[in-house]
Amino acid sequence: MIDAIGRPQSVLVLGGSSEIAQAIVAKLVPARCATVVLAGREGPRLGEATARAKAAGAEVAEAVPFDATHIDHHRAFVDEVFDRFGDFDVVIVAAGVLGDQAVDEGDPVSAATVITTNFTGLASAMLAIAARLRHQGHGRLVVLSSVAGERARKANFIYGSSKAGLDAFSQGLGDSLVGTGASVIIVRPGFVVGRMTEGMAPAPFSTTPDAVADAVVKGIESGAAVIYIPSILRWVFALMKQLPQAIWRRMPG
Amino acid sequence: MSAPIGRHQLLTGWGCTAPTAAEVIHAVDPAVVDVAMERAVAAKGAQGRGLIARGLGRSYGDAAQNAGGTVLDATWLDAIHSVDLTSGVVTVGAGVSLETLMERLVPLGWFVPVTPGTRLVTVGGAIAADIHGKNHHVDGSFCSHVTAMTLVTPTGTFTVTPGSDPELFWATAGGMGLTGVVTDATVQMIPVETSYMLVDTERAADLDSVMDKMLTGDDAYRYSVAWIDCQSTGSRLGRSVLTRGDHARFEDLPDRLRRNPDRARAFVPRTLARVPVTAPSGLLNPLTVGAFNEFWFRKSPTHQVAKPHHMIPFFHPLDGIGRWNRLYGKKGFLQYQFVVPDTHGETVRRVIERLTEVKLASFLAVLKRFGPGDPGPLSFPMPGWTLALDIPVGYHALDQLLDALDEHVMQADGRVYLAKDSRVSPASFRTMYPRVDEFLAVRNRVDPDGVLRSDLGRRLGLCGTPAPTTVTKPTKPRRKRSTASTPRSRSPRSSKAAPGGGTSSKDTTPEEPTAAERTES
Repeated sequence: MIDAIGRPQSVLVLGGSSEIAQAIVAKLVPARCATVVLAGREGPRLGEATARAKAAGAEVAEAVPFDATHIDHHRAFVDEVFDRFGDFDVVIVAAGVLGDQAVDEGDPVSAATVITTNFTGLASAMLAIAARLRHQGHGRLVVLSSVAGERARKANFIYGSSKAGLDAFSQGLGDSLVGTGASVIIVRPGFVVGRMTEGMAPAPFSTTPDAVADAVVKGIESGAAVIYIPSILRWVFALMKQLPQAIWRRMPG
Repeated sequence: MSAPIGRHQLLTGWGCTAPTAAEVIHAVDPAVVDVAMERAVAAKGAQGRGLIARGLGRSYGDAAQNAGGTVLDATWLDAIHSVDLTSGVVTVGAGVSLETLMERLVPLGWFVPVTPGTRLVTVGGAIAADIHGKNHHVDGSFCSHVTAMTLVTPTGTFTVTPGSDPELFWATAGGMGLTGVVTDATVQMIPVETSYMLVDTERAADLDSVMDKMLTGDDAYRYSVAWIDCQSTGSRLGRSVLTRGDHARFEDLPDRLRRNPDRARAFVPRTLARVPVTAPSGLLNPLTVGAFNEFWFRKSPTHQVAKPHHMIPFFHPLDGIGRWNRLYGKKGFLQYQFVVPDTHGETVRRVIERLTEVKLASFLAVLKRFGPGDPGPLSFPMPGWTLALDIPVGYHALDQLLDALDEHVMQADGRVYLAKDSRVSPASFRTMYPRVDEFLAVRNRVDPDGVLRSDLGRRLGLCGTPAPTTVTKPTKPRRKRSTASTPRSRSPRSSKAAPGGGTSSKDTTPEEPTAAERTES
């Protein structure tokens, strides 16, 4: 259970090898989060993340296979995980791919895979998760969105639109959960310097997985509905959305 | 799935933290309790979410919440079954509040044996938390004055007395509702001549002097409590107002009251004001609390003897303000209450020092002395000092601060009070309550499938959700308890057998659950 000071005792991560998710787990475990279940593509990265959670002191740290594009399996996957491990106080949806805009624009199938991984696949998993959170009467669903979804840019509109879809979906899901004890926290980081963006020039107001994790842990405590990292991006993007199209499409990057 | 008989509702404790949703069923009749229990038993297993009883919701944390499950609103069990005006033995529904008992019985010459700082608690809640009052050093806690109760468990309904099934009786005392739903209880009241108290008040310049006064003087008083100003520092650290007294006899009262015997026994609770839902956050901040503390200290007499005060301001000064918990705003607050043995009185100082260091505004800080505890394995009181502090949620390092206080308390072989707790860790809990396995053994007997569940139980690992974790081992070796674990008869009154209290003894197990197939959505 989440205690009066906002500390969860159990967490499930979709996209368990994501850097941001690992940074969040690294902060939750020392603050009493005893159960850590990392779902993601099987591989060394997921194994290492699980080992790190265990080493940090988690009583239960396990990896379970999850593929966002295997939509048919999502309900069974979610039911199995909840039946096996019990209630989850926090579920973090951190799965996602950046794709390669230049390649994807010329390859509709790979573009659709980005959108399935980032949006449709997560949407189906989140519906199954929301059903379990509603049933257990508590829990926070943390969704890693992005400011890229605030207004799609020509430089990364495939990724941006997938996050826009995920973000809008999460807003509606959050509203539908009001009064059930469960809630949704939408996290909108700016450019996160890390593995996913390796080799790219950081955009203004860039941030780090650690800063995102700090903000998410605070959000879990306070139950905030939407978090921007850094927080100034809330106002930057409120303004950006008002820019005339002709100026917006000339934005660099 | 059988049709729902409750209403989906978000619940919190008195501290307004960590809301969770449950199906709230109004137990308008003991039969509803049976039906709700049958349903909860029928739904056991991975998908079942269990059941817990709730009274007036004065536990600060998550004791009377059951996320996703059933919460039985027991305040409807408000019948007064029998009152024996000769012996002072009453048998009442578990939902009867102490306020009702006082309102009805003080004018007839009987007062509740134990009252906490609020009279807005139910008899069932008083048993579940094994509440204590300002008279613990003399009279012990509430369950020492309970002679019988009817307990609805997943394996049947039992009339439990300290003699018939001491393990179950004492596991229920302080068991936070996790051994069953109390529907009726027989309580031995104490005789009073008036609704007034004779009160001695004195100020103490610092913590040492108040603790010294309490150590040397408390035995002469039935009721004793010290209010501590948690904001003064240095040589004034822990300056206090000590209030001690006993029930006034009729002849002790001033003439104006003696001329009017009805008034001398009147007990009329009033709500003077009610804090609205819209109360802004931050009303209680270091500035306002500091100003209040200064005012309160200065307004208190330096030394005053045998002054008649009505029971209401003496026992329940805050009950006149409805929903005062809203003053803490949206984030809510918590109460940190611990007890440490006499040999570790310095822990009290250390805790107050830690709080003043970070300038946390504790609006209410109350110091009391406890006498011997009762045999309940989860009952809070033990001989020594107990300090209770109201703390607003929001200070950024509150988690580490309170964990550090837990360490001080554990080093002193002390413990925190579950009725106030909303954040202690499962490992610390096990260290603080080394007899928890005794409790779990009794619980396992009456509730083998773990149907009785609460958020507090989940948080502390007291109720079996489908084993997500390995069993938490206590971090310290288990200590031997020095206090005897046999029921002690505290007063001749409380050791009396239940005089045919008139509870309908339902020693039979309920009929098999109807074949209501329960499928969860």
